[in-house]
Amino acid sequence: MFTLIFFSLLNGLVYGMLLFMLSSGLTLIFGMMGVLNFAHASFYMLGAYVAFTLGLHLGFWPALVIAPVVVGLLGALVERQGLRRVHRFGHIAELIFTFGVAIVIEEIVQLVWGRPAKSYQVPAMLDFPLFRVLGSSFPAYKAFMLVIAVAIFAFVFVILTRTRAGLIIQASLTHPQMVAMLGHNVPRVFMVVFGIGSALAALAGVIAGPVLGTFPGMAQVLGSIVFVVVVIGGLGSLTGAFVASLLIGIVQTFAVAMDVSVGGALGAVGVHVQTGGALHDLWKVTIAQIAPILPYVLLVATLIVRPTGLFGTRET
Amino acid sequence: MSTAATRPLAVAGVARTARVRRYGLWVAAAVVLVILPRLVRTGTALAVMNQMGIAVVFALSYNMLLGQGGMLSFGHAVYFGLGGFIAAHVLSLAGRGALYVPVPVLPLVGGLGGLAFAALFGSFSTRRAGTVFAMISLGVAELMAASSLIFDRFFGGEEGITTNRSKAPLLLGLEFTRDRQVYYLIAFWLFVATVAMYAFSRTPVGRMANAVRDNPERAEFVGYSQHRVRFVSFCAAGFFAGIAGGLFAVNYEILTAENMGLTASGAVLLMTYIGGVGSFVGPIIGAVVFTFLQSMLSDYTGMWLLYLGILFLATVLFVPMGLAGVLMLHAPAWRARRLGRLVGPYLVTGALALVAAVGVIGLLEMIHFVAAADATRATRRLFWVVVAPRAVTPWVAFAALAVAGALGLRWAAPRAAAAFEAASRPARS
Amino acid sequence: MTPAVELVEVRKSFGATPIIRGVSLAIEAGTRQALIGPNGAGKSTLFNLVTGKYPVTTGRIRVKGADVTDLAPYEINRRGLARSFQVTNIFTRLSVFENIRCAVLWSAGYRYSFWHRVSAARAVNERAETVLEQLNLTARRDVPAGVLSYAEQRALEIGITIAGGADVILLDEPTSGMSRSETEHVVGLIRQVTAGKTLLMVEHDMSVVFDLADRIAVLVYGEIIAHDTPERIRANAAVQEAYLGVPQGVA
Repeated sequence: MFTLIFFSLLNGLVYGMLLFMLSSGLTLIFGMMGVLNFAHASFYMLGAYVAFTLGLHLGFWPALVIAPVVVGLLGALVERQGLRRVHRFGHIAELIFTFGVAIVIEEIVQLVWGRPAKSYQVPAMLDFPLFRVLGSSFPAYKAFMLVIAVAIFAFVFVILTRTRAGLIIQASLTHPQMVAMLGHNVPRVFMVVFGIGSALAALAGVIAGPVLGTFPGMAQVLGSIVFVVVVIGGLGSLTGAFVASLLIGIVQTFAVAMDVSVGGALGAVGVHVQTGGALHDLWKVTIAQIAPILPYVLLVATLIVRPTGLFGTRET
Repeated sequence: MSTAATRPLAVAGVARTARVRRYGLWVAAAVVLVILPRLVRTGTALAVMNQMGIAVVFALSYNMLLGQGGMLSFGHAVYFGLGGFIAAHVLSLAGRGALYVPVPVLPLVGGLGGLAFAALFGSFSTRRAGTVFAMISLGVAELMAASSLIFDRFFGGEEGITTNRSKAPLLLGLEFTRDRQVYYLIAFWLFVATVAMYAFSRTPVGRMANAVRDNPERAEFVGYSQHRVRFVSFCAAGFFAGIAGGLFAVNYEILTAENMGLTASGAVLLMTYIGGVGSFVGPIIGAVVFTFLQSMLSDYTGMWLLYLGILFLATVLFVPMGLAGVLMLHAPAWRARRLGRLVGPYLVTGALALVAAVGVIGLLEMIHFVAAADATRATRRLFWVVVAPRAVTPWVAFAALAVAGALGLRWAAPRAAAAFEAASRPARS
Repeated sequence: MTPAVELVEVRKSFGATPIIRGVSLAIEAGTRQALIGPNGAGKSTLFNLVTGKYPVTTGRIRVKGADVTDLAPYEINRRGLARSFQVTNIFTRLSVFENIRCAVLWSAGYRYSFWHRVSAARAVNERAETVLEQLNLTARRDVPAGVLSYAEQRALEIGITIAGGADVILLDEPTSGMSRSETEHVVGLIRQVTAGKTLLMVEHDMSVVFDLADRIAVLVYGEIIAHDTPERIRANAAVQEAYLGVPQGVA
């Protein structure tokens, strides 16, 4: 029991930090430009695939550095040539545009790399158990993921709050016109932020690829959860993204580990459900099986009860 | 009509011709629908037309949300799919004799199913428009997709639900065993649904849906709750999506969770937008073109979604008003009878665009071929020519075509634009 | 006599910043009144409070005697209060005629009907045509509202406000940005459409204020410092100080 809780907590933490790597970039882009980038998870996927291919020729570590840069540049290009043009048609048009980009990227990935999943391996150097607790082991690679995620978070935090560029970005987050009046090239700031956000997503892909799988559907799977995180945490709030990432990460990891039926679990807390009947299928299923829909249930619940999310101040 | 009686006779004459023109369009459409099967020979063409009919109803229902109401939904297929599932189950029950529901009524059953779920999910979805609405629609879609794995008995698990339209009770002796008979059923419901959706846009709530889209704050200050107006639109859109789902159930006799999923929702967004969200006929054009391209392209290449995706991006970037919008842009030129002047420049531009497209498509197809790494085949048919992608020549050839086409477009497009400007200038009297 | 609009000790703060600091004001039915004050005094905020766009922090607001303090804008509008906006707030993609017609639909009783055709709704269409004539916009009937000139849009803005037949009308700077002749035309229009109704308008153009208003309320830093007839406001020392900084004789 203790091992279950301990490892679920650790795994949930790793997963949550991964979600935060993705949602922080998305939040930055949304906070600054008001557009929820549907293609964000697509850059995550590209990061994994590009790193996989580079890794075959150059090794894991060079790929770790080069892949995010390549994808980041691609992101900046998408912003400059595409998003900027659509900007004047409004937020809905921007959302539709990024949706189209997501489709095209997914198809291009299938075009170049094919449909079957790639066997993107954990680098041999990190492929060992870090420690053992009561018979179960925690892989060193996951600790590595955690370290990278925390390092990125610290790096972004320092850049945003302690450097001049970071101050300009923060100001553009809430007052883009004023910042433009002060003489800064706001379109270029947007492009840089979009590029960095995409690079962060790609980095998440590089390190998550071996663990979560590298396949053409990976963008859709994780992308939806990242949207949930961003909306629950509050559109535009980095703290909210952090809290919501950990929350969803831990909740989902715990749920997956629970082999109890929903009816049984409800019974344990005193709620008795009738067997048979229209919702019979729902009660007999295990919590592990409904784990995938828990984030969406939370999303819908949050949007009904508190549309601005946990920490958010804006709704659009 | 009472208004005609109060106006002077000359104005009444004008009003009468306008009315004739308007009703005439519907009559002509009905005639076309009736004679269409006689113009096509092959069974595949008929099957494609059935597919188009269903897609048109679905796309029109989607535009009630996007174009009319300003609501971007990533989960509209939920109501299409649920309507279809309910219709399929009812059809199976009717086949066993448990219910008297003949096949022609089935789309209505699907519509009511779609309506019920739209009312359920719409109650909280429509509180806000914009990005929040889009995100809720995505969440609901994912929720339903995941739920389909849990509620096995309703959704049939991975294989889905099958049904049989030949077992159902007959209405007026009408059978639906052949594709052609199904076509007429689809054409009937297509006509009825289109008329209904058009009429909806002319009702008070339909007009206010446009107003709420343009300025939700102002709509409140003329006495309308934006939430309520959006809710009514949402329910109506769900109803018609359910009708499309019911038609799907009758036509294909099988429903799977995919029909409810994000891919289907994405497809209807694509086709509606490509057709043009700003007019009533836009989605009709988009659905026809999309279905045509999809069925034609999927025979030749596995990359048809990529091409449609690129077409979609091009629409969003360069012609956001869609195909219908582009057609309407030519209305001044048509009124001035100067369309003929555009034929030349447009043909040249079109030909060059085709050259560039052939080049790009060729390159993409060859990349696909090489990447798929199928060692057993060394060549494939591309544009009716046998091509060996592992050699250098095809690559050079297609790249040259792409570059030549692009450069040519650079020269031709401004000329076409100038010709368009000249043709559209108001006629000097 | 029940005042058309009554504010009782209304306070509004945005976060820690108080904007409206205890306003009590009663607008008598059937009068035309103006709300004036220096920039940033809170006039638009007051409008937004009365029309339900912002919730009050404390205090109560009554329209025709009924408490409307926590109601949504559309609920307040249905009780007979309509407002215009300082920044033109019309339905840009609808035609001019449609803009007006949308404003008539609710009061004509059509609600959320999807079983009527608007083209056949004779009373609604006739009323919209009448208002269109009053606004002098009949020639622009089928033009999308977004392409109208600025003055035409301001006129349409007023048209949408009064088309529904509300008897309490709030106009937010109706003549802002207009030339002399355009202003004169709009003043005539306002006088015509608010005959027999209650009008409260925010205005900066003093000639308009003194031309139209029966009474004037002066808002300075979120408080009403005077509410009186135009002549007495003119002579009021506190008002002069608020506008000019130093007590002076009127020019």
